[in-house]
Amino acid sequence: MLRQLKILEFTLSSLLRRKHKNLSLIAVYTFTIATLGSVLFLTHALKLEATGSLTTAPDLVIQRVAAGRHDLIPTKYAEVIKKLPGVESVTPRIWGYYYDSLIKANLTLVGTNSHQGKLDLLEGRLPNNPKECAIGIGVSKAFGPAIGDNLVLEDSKKSRIVFSITGIFRAESNLLTNDLVVLQEMALRDFFTMSPQLATDLVVQVHNQREVKTLAKKIKYHLPDTRPITREEILHTYDTLFNWRSGMMLAVAVAALIAFCILAWDKATGISAEEKQEIGILKAIGWETSDVLAVKFWEGLVISLTSFILGILAAWIHIFVFGAPALVPLLKGWSVLFPEFQLTPAVDFYQIFTLAFLTIVPYLACTVIPSWKTAVTDPEHVMRG
Amino acid sequence: MTRGAIYLLFLSVSSLLTVWLLIANQAGTVGLAEKRQLVHILGITDLSLSSEARYTRHPSQADLFSPFQDFPAAFEHFPTGSIISPKPAGFSSRVKIQHQSGKQN
Repeated sequence: MLRQLKILEFTLSSLLRRKHKNLSLIAVYTFTIATLGSVLFLTHALKLEATGSLTTAPDLVIQRVAAGRHDLIPTKYAEVIKKLPGVESVTPRIWGYYYDSLIKANLTLVGTNSHQGKLDLLEGRLPNNPKECAIGIGVSKAFGPAIGDNLVLEDSKKSRIVFSITGIFRAESNLLTNDLVVLQEMALRDFFTMSPQLATDLVVQVHNQREVKTLAKKIKYHLPDTRPITREEILHTYDTLFNWRSGMMLAVAVAALIAFCILAWDKATGISAEEKQEIGILKAIGWETSDVLAVKFWEGLVISLTSFILGILAAWIHIFVFGAPALVPLLKGWSVLFPEFQLTPAVDFYQIFTLAFLTIVPYLACTVIPSWKTAVTDPEHVMRG
Repeated sequence: MTRGAIYLLFLSVSSLLTVWLLIANQAGTVGLAEKRQLVHILGITDLSLSSEARYTRHPSQADLFSPFQDFPAAFEHFPTGSIISPKPAGFSSRVKIQHQSGKQN
């Protein structure tokens, strides 16, 4: 133990002799880990946010597909679905998009039937007449209205329709409601000039959750032009959207891993003349090869462990304190309304251990193997270069 | 011995801080019950992340062709299309080939 502590002492002195080189190495290594860690933390937190909140999403959403595209669904399809055993309810839904050409923002307009109960994440209340609406905080920030103000939208006939704002969704819900404008269902149907025989899609609630897949198959059998989307598939979408094979992981993490490989490769392809001379001197004054390897092992461990811990800390602060400012542009794209999310810290330890294994172990190997090759060479030959 | 002891102390403190941040702060999603209530009442199916295109705003609801909706063989042109890919839920159609011999693939 004491021997190892003395070797560590020697290693630290050796590292401090080349402090500029080693500090820049730690900075680059930390940056790489912070980048990889940030992507892992962000994708995992978003995945948990989605799979946690969307567990109460509709059991089944039935869309109509025409010519390979989503089309409006006839409400008479609801009658066919209602007759299937196991179906609790079928509700036609009206929703769609509205583009504001001035600030180039896309709003999502959702129709709702009157809900009298209180929504905890809504400041104010949901609309209870056709002239009212509730908006997401993103809409409120982009256009600046408060509760009691009017929201004026142009309908499909280019007429200006005035809605009084009765509620604004709280910031805690902005990952779900940021760009929403909630109107009464009939008001939205009039706004989109949608025929009463049509709806955007149908929401089906099922008595027994184990029958959802069977019911989806039955609906597809009876109504072949439909596309049933189960809640499980919605959750699976978000699970795969933010897993290690997701676009974000490929875009950022692979680039960072390649940068790390270049760093490790540079280290593995050879050690500097100064380091070779140091090993030669140690061997000449009587150090064993195992002692030299122990020093190099500690050197690699000090650099990689320090960088890993600093990198993980930086990633955690970047994602959960500052709200991922470096990664948000990737998700934002050209969106004008984008939620300012405060994610709940959530970490997958399996991913952290994988990251540690993929970065610390190769770096240690890249430090020890070239030194071993030098340490087994004749000291005189090494010192002469 | 001083440098070694200082380094080990630094390593222990930073490791403990990291472990504490990773474990102690995992309190579960804040306001989960309220969010679930909201999702249930409004019938929400997707996160309101990127609102630039309908297939990135509602990845679980968009059809497979919406990323290439403008004209046949159109290229994808929204930046988030490379991050949020279309997910083929609810489709079951297949392409089948009937060879002249009558055997199906």
